[in-house]
Amino acid sequence: MISLKDIRSAFLFSLWFIFLTFPLMVIKVNPIDKTVIWRWHNMLYIGVATFLLYIISRFFLQQKKARQEKIRQDQLKERIKWSHKILNEPKIYVPLLLVIAVCALSFPFIFSTYQTNIMITALMYVMLGLGLNIVVGVAGLLDLGYVAFYAVGAYSYALLHLHFGIGFWTALPIGALLAATFGIILGFPVLRLRGDYLAIVTLGFGEIIRLILENWNDFSQGPSGISNIPRPGFFGMEMSLNTAIIYLYFLMIGLVLFTIFVVNRLQNSRIGRAWFALREDEIACQAMGIDKTKTKLTAFALGATWAGMVGVIFAAKTTFVNPASFTFLESAMILCIVVLGGMGSIIGVILGAFVLILLPEYLRAFSDFRMLVFGGVLVVMMVFRPQGIISNIRHTYKFQKKTEESL
Amino acid sequence: MNGTSQSFTDKPILEISNLTKDFGGIKALDQLDLQVKQGEIVALIGPNGSGKTTFFNCLTGIYKPTAGDLLLTPPGENTIRLNGLKPNKVTQKGLARTFQNIRLFPNMTVLENVMIGRHCRTKARVLGAIFRDRGTRREERQIVRLCYEILEKVGLNHMVNEFAKNMPYGAQRRLEIARALATDPFLLLLDEPAAGMNPHETKELDDLICQIRDDGLSILLIEHDMKLVMSLSDHIFVMDYGKKIAEGNPEQVRNNPDVIKAYLGEDILDDNA
Repeated sequence: MISLKDIRSAFLFSLWFIFLTFPLMVIKVNPIDKTVIWRWHNMLYIGVATFLLYIISRFFLQQKKARQEKIRQDQLKERIKWSHKILNEPKIYVPLLLVIAVCALSFPFIFSTYQTNIMITALMYVMLGLGLNIVVGVAGLLDLGYVAFYAVGAYSYALLHLHFGIGFWTALPIGALLAATFGIILGFPVLRLRGDYLAIVTLGFGEIIRLILENWNDFSQGPSGISNIPRPGFFGMEMSLNTAIIYLYFLMIGLVLFTIFVVNRLQNSRIGRAWFALREDEIACQAMGIDKTKTKLTAFALGATWAGMVGVIFAAKTTFVNPASFTFLESAMILCIVVLGGMGSIIGVILGAFVLILLPEYLRAFSDFRMLVFGGVLVVMMVFRPQGIISNIRHTYKFQKKTEESL
Repeated sequence: MNGTSQSFTDKPILEISNLTKDFGGIKALDQLDLQVKQGEIVALIGPNGSGKTTFFNCLTGIYKPTAGDLLLTPPGENTIRLNGLKPNKVTQKGLARTFQNIRLFPNMTVLENVMIGRHCRTKARVLGAIFRDRGTRREERQIVRLCYEILEKVGLNHMVNEFAKNMPYGAQRRLEIARALATDPFLLLLDEPAAGMNPHETKELDDLICQIRDDGLSILLIEHDMKLVMSLSDHIFVMDYGKKIAEGNPEQVRNNPDVIKAYLGEDILDDNA
């Protein structure tokens, strides 16, 4: 499997790495004593570690290639993936869903408020991921400014409450609608753009919204933000902090289910198919009679809607918004959820959100290395599973012998 | 009286006059005239780079023509000018095409590829998609049934749930035709449908095209396979350097000295003579 050539290149690779990390890892200057400490042993560690890592990655890459070769040999039969097998077998997924439902319902009563809060955040990212999935995963429009719609939602609740005293339940649809409108406003200028250019413009759009919120003091109270935003109410009931969080948790569960329902139906509809076609081939898509403009704008608008809703919830959850919550890093995070989970795959995105939000929370002990691990995981994913954790599953149809179909 | 009604039915469904397309200094199409009559199979031939695909792209709205008129007359309807229409509008008017280098939707299933073709003939909107009311469900069922029938016609109904990218080459070409048929065209534009096919597949394609014509569609065909062109076409247009150099029925075109010159060069003609 591992040839001599691989070992030689692994050796060269580790030598190069030793050279690169030499100033950082070996030399240590003590400015007080004015002495230089040479930590030669670090050189050995680096060398051995890179050597082993190289060999391991080679090994896995070779295995992957061998597998692809096998698939190519029996052409039409693409191997059914284990994940799809589970999802197509009611005997497996029904009990699994029941277990998940029971866990979800009992979660806030078993775990502390802190844990529940983390779970609420994770559920919010599930919604954000599913929203961005429409734009990036399904319609194939790389949007790096998604956080702008999130900010629009959050600030619409904050400002509407500040000026007009509007409550959470009224603000929720208004925030969603405003975000959808902003989605269309962004959509118009980028209709002709594709790929990298689209990414740059949407990135700029995200920054514009944040900078406006930061600098237009009269409008948004600038960097100091807006505080004292009420939590969601329940028919005017007074709630303790604890109950309010449990209430918000169940609210989020409901909204996530609603999102999954709607997004799933959209994907398996005439409009959803048009989005997929747009992602696959823009010219062919137009030549088959699909209005590119309309399709792109609906994708932007319907994607932004969810971000607007989550924005309102975010404002209600933290009771305080300021522009610092809506940086590019947030957009990148949501994009990572979609890409890691699997573009266009609803279950993949949900899993991706949980992995990317919960892991850093529960691995606080290693928080110094968080970004390192994060980057490493993404690189490894892109090399070994570019389609994401669970790739998109297409709707299949069964036909009887003659033309009658069973749907 | 008789004469006028005769001229009405004889009116070509596609009439192109004086079509010109410049790319900077290059004239890809130079004052091209072309007509397609109802129920005809018309072939467009010419050496590589003579502007055939550019012509298709102008016709379907992907390029904007520099000058000239593109007039489409759907059977029993008024004439429409196609200049400046977007590709999706052109398709909606009843003119569907395939591509020279296959442009399927690789990560969608065979059936879904064909279902995309129905997009412009159906009208479910966002709310319909979310609530799935009775009308939407019925429309969806009709789409599936019709697409399945089309796949049966082109002989792909045994692989409806395969990904388009996993299909053999010949089947991909047929799927493109099926997708175009799903848009309910009355004029089908085929851009080199037999390219890269083996003789057996070409024969099947020949049958398929005849069957489509018998279903009442008119066909405009770009093709390099002369056997196929000569056996199928009612009328042939020959292009070279963006200009029409000859037209007529297969026999006339075969013996036209200009055509032989364009394809084989002058010296060989002299040697043969």
